[in-house]
Amino acid sequence: MVTVTNYLSDGFTLRSWLTTHDHKRIAVLYMVAITAFFFLGGAAATMIRLELATPQGDLVSADTYNKLFTVHGVVMVWFFLIPSIPAVLGNFLVPLMIGAKDMAFPRLNLASWYVYVLGGLFTVAALVAGGVDTGWTFYTPYSTRFTDSNVILVILGVFIVGFSSILTGLNIIVTVHKLRAPGLGWFRLPLFIWANYATSLILLLATPVLAMTLVLVALERFTGIGIFDPALGGDPLLFQHLFWFYSHPAVYIMILPAMGVASEIIPCFARRTVFGYRFMAYAILGIATLGFLVWGHHMFVSGQSMYAGMVFSMLSFLVAIPSAIKVFNWTATLYKGSIFFSAPMLYALGFVGLFTIGGLTGLFLASLALDVHLTDTYFVVAHFHYIMVGGSVMMYLGALHFWWPKISGRMYPEMLGRIAALTLFLGFNLTFFPQYLLGWLGMPRRYHEYPPEFQLLNLFSSAGAAVLAVGYLLPLGYLGWSLFFGKRAPANPWGATGLEWQTPSPPPKHNFEEQPVVTRGPYAYDPVR
Amino acid sequence: MSWLPVEASDIAARVDLLFYSMVALTGLVAIGLFVLMVVFCVRYRAGSSADRTNPPPRKKWLELGWTFTPLAIFLGIFVWAAVVYAAFYAGPAGNAMTVFVVGKQWMWKVEHANGRREIDELHLPLGQPVRLVLSTEDVIHSFYVPAFRIKQDAVPGRYTSIRFTPTREGEYWLHCAEYCGTDHARMGGKVVVMAAAEFSRWLQAGNENRSLAAQGFELFRRLGCSGCHVDSTVHAPDLRGVFGRVVHLSDGRTLQADEAYLRDSILLPKRDVVAGYEPIMPSFQGQVDEGQLNALVTYLKENR
Repeated sequence: MVTVTNYLSDGFTLRSWLTTHDHKRIAVLYMVAITAFFFLGGAAATMIRLELATPQGDLVSADTYNKLFTVHGVVMVWFFLIPSIPAVLGNFLVPLMIGAKDMAFPRLNLASWYVYVLGGLFTVAALVAGGVDTGWTFYTPYSTRFTDSNVILVILGVFIVGFSSILTGLNIIVTVHKLRAPGLGWFRLPLFIWANYATSLILLLATPVLAMTLVLVALERFTGIGIFDPALGGDPLLFQHLFWFYSHPAVYIMILPAMGVASEIIPCFARRTVFGYRFMAYAILGIATLGFLVWGHHMFVSGQSMYAGMVFSMLSFLVAIPSAIKVFNWTATLYKGSIFFSAPMLYALGFVGLFTIGGLTGLFLASLALDVHLTDTYFVVAHFHYIMVGGSVMMYLGALHFWWPKISGRMYPEMLGRIAALTLFLGFNLTFFPQYLLGWLGMPRRYHEYPPEFQLLNLFSSAGAAVLAVGYLLPLGYLGWSLFFGKRAPANPWGATGLEWQTPSPPPKHNFEEQPVVTRGPYAYDPVR
Repeated sequence: MSWLPVEASDIAARVDLLFYSMVALTGLVAIGLFVLMVVFCVRYRAGSSADRTNPPPRKKWLELGWTFTPLAIFLGIFVWAAVVYAAFYAGPAGNAMTVFVVGKQWMWKVEHANGRREIDELHLPLGQPVRLVLSTEDVIHSFYVPAFRIKQDAVPGRYTSIRFTPTREGEYWLHCAEYCGTDHARMGGKVVVMAAAEFSRWLQAGNENRSLAAQGFELFRRLGCSGCHVDSTVHAPDLRGVFGRVVHLSDGRTLQADEAYLRDSILLPKRDVVAGYEPIMPSFQGQVDEGQLNALVTYLKENR
């Protein structure tokens, strides 16, 4: 047997992993860490859905329930969704896709993982110490003066993990600017690169605002300096403005990379170039830019001025346009293609469907008069889960399947992959579609108990969550299995066009045996062949 | 359970018309897209005999079309929704009945003008325009009546308000919609809409309190406000008829005296100093609670 040294066989000790500067290994470290957090956040979600199966608060106490949805939100947002595609797949693929040996700053890359782990430790410590009950939004003055839970520890965890985001963003930006292969101009970049580049800009520009805001919360809580608490001369709405100035763009941090993944998978399995490449690239930049201007749509009933509400509403409709363009272009990419329904493609098609529903219901929330009724109800919960779970998580899993042969050097079992994709799609809709109806009928979110007439829909939702759980455990099982027993993967099992497929699976330590040179645009597929 | 939620306010019907129109519109778009995707997936599945010659890499007119068509539709929806939204806040003030609502972990306290109080319940007369003035004693809460399609946060340190007219008799859920701590899910009760005559009987029955204005007048004297603000224009402006008046401030701004202004002038007197006066008034922050503030403001409103 010929053994060529690849990045996985280059050292088997724990030390060789924990001190690596190889972007591919760091990506794997991130994958392991975020997977652990995903199942932690998922366990909290399971408890929430179990509690909500009955209208009475009978499984856990009100305080425990409040801590459960807080840990679910904090963990899923900052420790899974935000790092998911950029830090795992972005880390792994950006250098490979642009024909580079590594990221621009390999040591900084490893440092960002350690920063992530440190932030995670603080958050886990807060849980062990008894949890926190503010919701992931930390609204003041509840978080600064009224709760006696471990706000400071969690805030510290989120503050720290923010620096990991900033470092990853910085690294990706510099890498894309400086390390592209000869001939790889901006408009020859795969859309996955565009998406991660735009995401990195947001990571770099928005995350510091969150960090400052959290410092101010900690200052007020510790020292009583009045910033957000009116009893101390502060303004609680200031907190909301600052928080959403980060947290709305953060939604685009989660969804843009997923859009990038869909734009790789759909052309590959439709055997056809992506429809309207330039519009797709501009749409990514448009979303990243406009995404910074819509934060006030979280505050239509907060006491913010009516006219501010109107401006934010209009801008929110505008940011929907580039998203709509992307959905239309993905659909048009199927036209005259030659479509294979492998597992990654099923994930991608499911993503387009769920993202469409999530996006269209976002229009309801952008509509001022409707938002007054729907905000802070389950309609909002359903909407953002369609975007973040139906969108981002579906596409993260799709990406894992698509690039699994490259990452692990093994093929996953195809039939199980398809079954998992379908299970997730069905389970997801069963879980979250009823929540739109619950919201429209007036069930507020973050409710430990609820009026009995809402039970039927909640039961559907909880049953769906069980299906969803199976859908998440399946890939954990068979992907793990394939690491040892899967068929060895060829360099390019999908017949894809990207540079990452022109090097062996798994790639050698420095990615390419010789420097690739790019002579054409991406997605040079031919459906007729 | 009804699948169509009841419409119990004038605004509910307008909100619902917009909602159902959007359901129809977005539903059509979604179904259209999904049908198209399925058709493409079937027709162009690998190995089918469909014609695949010259797949278009782009089509400018098509892309511009699906950029600007949604834009026009979106702007239309935006205007429609904004016009309805404005009715919550800027409807005709005219004969609206003001009711004060104070949020507190974890209850809603309601104060009617005649002094009648209730907790976790709000009684309202049918067909009477209502203006709720909200405040809170601790954290942010949100006053939510799904059947009215209204929701408004109560924010520490300020008044917020929302207006509507109940149009259907009955009892409706009242919730807190902004997470406020342990018993958030239990913070609520019901809104009872009754015929006007029945409501006036209810309002009188069992009310042992004096009117809010009378309570305010007493506070006005007891806290020493009257020492400077009555018949003395040397230290402080006379407050008779101040409500609704245009006030000129010492820093050159002008504003119209509303409830928020009166409230701020009691708690933060240095913020909006009336032109021609020295900023010598002390703050009453911490000395008056939300209920007393509401009484004082009501007194000042009615002191013409």
